[in-house]
Amino acid sequence: MPHDHHHGPSIDPTRLARYQNLAKAVTELLIEKNIISSDEIDDAIKGMDERGPALGARMVARAWSNSHYKESMLSDGSAAAEALGIPVDGTKLVVVENTEKVHNLVVCTLCSCYPRNILGLPPRWYKSTPYRARAIKEPRKVLKEFGTIIPESVSVRVHDSTADMRYMVLPARPTNTAEWNEERLRELVTRDSMIGAEAAITPGDQE
Amino acid sequence: MVNKPHDVAGISVSEIDLEENQYETWEKQIDALLVLLSGEKKLMRVDELRRGIESLGVNAYNELSYYERWIASISKILVEKNILSQTEIDNRIRKLRADGDLQ
Repeated sequence: MPHDHHHGPSIDPTRLARYQNLAKAVTELLIEKNIISSDEIDDAIKGMDERGPALGARMVARAWSNSHYKESMLSDGSAAAEALGIPVDGTKLVVVENTEKVHNLVVCTLCSCYPRNILGLPPRWYKSTPYRARAIKEPRKVLKEFGTIIPESVSVRVHDSTADMRYMVLPARPTNTAEWNEERLRELVTRDSMIGAEAAITPGDQE
Repeated sequence: MVNKPHDVAGISVSEIDLEENQYETWEKQIDALLVLLSGEKKLMRVDELRRGIESLGVNAYNELSYYERWIASISKILVEKNILSQTEIDNRIRKLRADGDLQ
């Protein structure tokens, strides 16, 4: 696709109004038939807004501080989430660890599967055709676009998510944080570091 | 074999647009519909959403934005399952348009 549109599908106001009307029609009919209620929709949106990378950051900071937790997280991500009171909704969460030898990157080539319960709604770029298409083919080049340079001595592993299996990256613990407690460590864990698009923040680097 | 439109792995050469746009209310409402229908209501599955999206045809798949694809698929699946009828959806859209509710 040499002329792939740079910004992905654009918003056409007439078409948008048509699909917004379709959404409204479907929603109204479902409410009138007592299949769903508007309160349930509001609650679902509220739940969506409440979940976000802060939950994943709690898991990562715990794993950095507690080797038992880390082991359990790498063997059963869903159980490790639940252990911190984060519900997982029946999808299997697989956590992959970044080390000195391996850097992991997560993608969903077919659609947009993402650990939404842990990280919230995926960023738009995660769902875009260029990311989905290129992440598996040229991950180092993709990572470079995020400002992440992976040395040749480090392998890059790309994980393709499915509807039932969602991946999350356990980023490497930044240097110079030996004395840090969990609460401070959480601040170093970014959303993109848990997708594998970047490293966790190294203290001193961000100023 | 020609890939179906959703099967994009390895084909695109364009740059990734890293702009961070928040989701709009209409997008979250469509997302919420699926969360409810596939979750506690158990009326459709996420795989069915994907099947619906993948069968939109290459033009619609490439032209529509993410949540436009979702609602197109959700309505299609609900009609397939006789939960809603196409006629009542069409009639309601006509009414909404006549009321000038959204435009």
